[in-house]
Amino acid sequence: MTGDVHPADPGEVLEPLPGHSSQGRLERILRRGEFAVTAELNPPDSADPQEVYDRGAVFDGWVDGINATDGSGANCHMSSVGICALLTRVGYAPVMQISCRDRNRIAIQGDVLGAAAMGVSNILCLTGDGVQAGDQPGAKPVFDFDCMSLLETIRIMRDEGRLLSGRRLTAPPHVFLGAAANPFAPPYDFRPLRLAKKIEAGAQFAQTQYCFDLTMLRAYMDRVRDMGLDEKCFILVGVGPLASARAARWIRANVPGIHIPDAVISRLEGAEKQKQEGKRLCIELIQEIQDIPGVAGIHVMAYRQEELVAEIVHESGVLKGRRPWKKEPKPGDLFVAEAVAEIVAGAEDAVEPA
Amino acid sequence: MTGTSAYEPAGVSKVGRARARYSIRLWSVRHARFLEVIYNTFAKAMLRLHPLWNAIGYHRVERPVVVVEKGVKALLFDCRMCGQCVLSSTGMSCPMNCPKGLRNGPCGGVRADGNCEVEPDMPCVWVQAWAGSRLMRAGDAIEAVQPPVDHSLWNTSSWLRVTAKAAESKS
Repeated sequence: MTGDVHPADPGEVLEPLPGHSSQGRLERILRRGEFAVTAELNPPDSADPQEVYDRGAVFDGWVDGINATDGSGANCHMSSVGICALLTRVGYAPVMQISCRDRNRIAIQGDVLGAAAMGVSNILCLTGDGVQAGDQPGAKPVFDFDCMSLLETIRIMRDEGRLLSGRRLTAPPHVFLGAAANPFAPPYDFRPLRLAKKIEAGAQFAQTQYCFDLTMLRAYMDRVRDMGLDEKCFILVGVGPLASARAARWIRANVPGIHIPDAVISRLEGAEKQKQEGKRLCIELIQEIQDIPGVAGIHVMAYRQEELVAEIVHESGVLKGRRPWKKEPKPGDLFVAEAVAEIVAGAEDAVEPA
Repeated sequence: MTGTSAYEPAGVSKVGRARARYSIRLWSVRHARFLEVIYNTFAKAMLRLHPLWNAIGYHRVERPVVVVEKGVKALLFDCRMCGQCVLSSTGMSCPMNCPKGLRNGPCGGVRADGNCEVEPDMPCVWVQAWAGSRLMRAGDAIEAVQPPVDHSLWNTSSWLRVTAKAAESKS
């Protein structure tokens, strides 16, 4: 059980384990065969680190990884590399999302090195939403890489210890590589093949788009298992509570790639307390999803309802009594606090220098 | 939504985009098998002419060939002249027409009707690619991972590059 216990100093990394690509907690949990839980942090529009700490703290002790989005929906927020660097200071296990929309290959490879140096152990490679979806549609869409070449590039950096140019790295980034998957968008029969390609390019885990349609997910997972992909890649299914029927309708109409069946919307509409019903629906989905063979965990995206994540994880019972890593005060913390208090108290009697 | 992104479909004005603009591109995908045969024959002929290209000098034939290649491929595929053609691996649907320039498959934003997230009027390039690849004899090439685009090759001839490479590996 000591495997994922973090050393006293969150800045220190865990002991490397044979066959593991990273020294992070998420990979350990997954390789041990535990049902993993990750959650998405809503990035602040702020330069205050405390806002990141506060937003991370709501997940404390309930998740194995915290996703830091990279301008999701093409909206500008604090950068994923910045958020991850702050989260690692506390000791959390961030999953750094990299989108290909905003940076070219030179910037991205540099960010990967910087993030790994800051203690980031997990990277999720995404293509990214088009700029038209966000708050600054006049921006230049970069898309120098696509998610596939991004995966391959980071895999090369890690496993071959070189940049895409061939230049050697003195220390490669030890990162656990992830990709996104969307079983709920056409062309449906190509989707499992696309996951196979991502695995070939380097994906070790996958986080899916929001799942509201179990029939579709089961059909996808059947193909995935037939192809043996679940043995090469840990699949975390995306879930999240819908705040109301109105919100669900809006998402369906405006957010590309999210499929919400009519039955879900009418169930929310019929409920007295729609937010409660959305949460209950999410919990029911999680309980069904965890029994689907080949599913290694869930990824909870509770946008603007992050405070519900702990309840959802707890009430769904997916952790089966396991407690993910929690920020505990260090044994020395109290001593230091007392010493500081004493000094502050003593300062009143201090002789003023002349 | 139309006209709100910096992306512009080839040869289509920002105003009055219509599905009809994509009809030739969609025809090419529907006839992917036919075009595959044509291209294979053409590639062989180009290779046979390698001594000629060599005698004139590849750098000298580059410009006229680019003009022809651009004309033909822009008509059939809305080609953007990225200079590293992968049409044979993408069901004869040019991936450079994807607003995200994806060369390895569809993004997660494809609409339920099979249209593009960014350009709601445009059929997703990759939904088309998948359909086209199913018609082709070597369609499974769509499963191969493509390297990132080399942006230094834009507006150069992919035909000549492929020919030179084939000649090199032959000798």
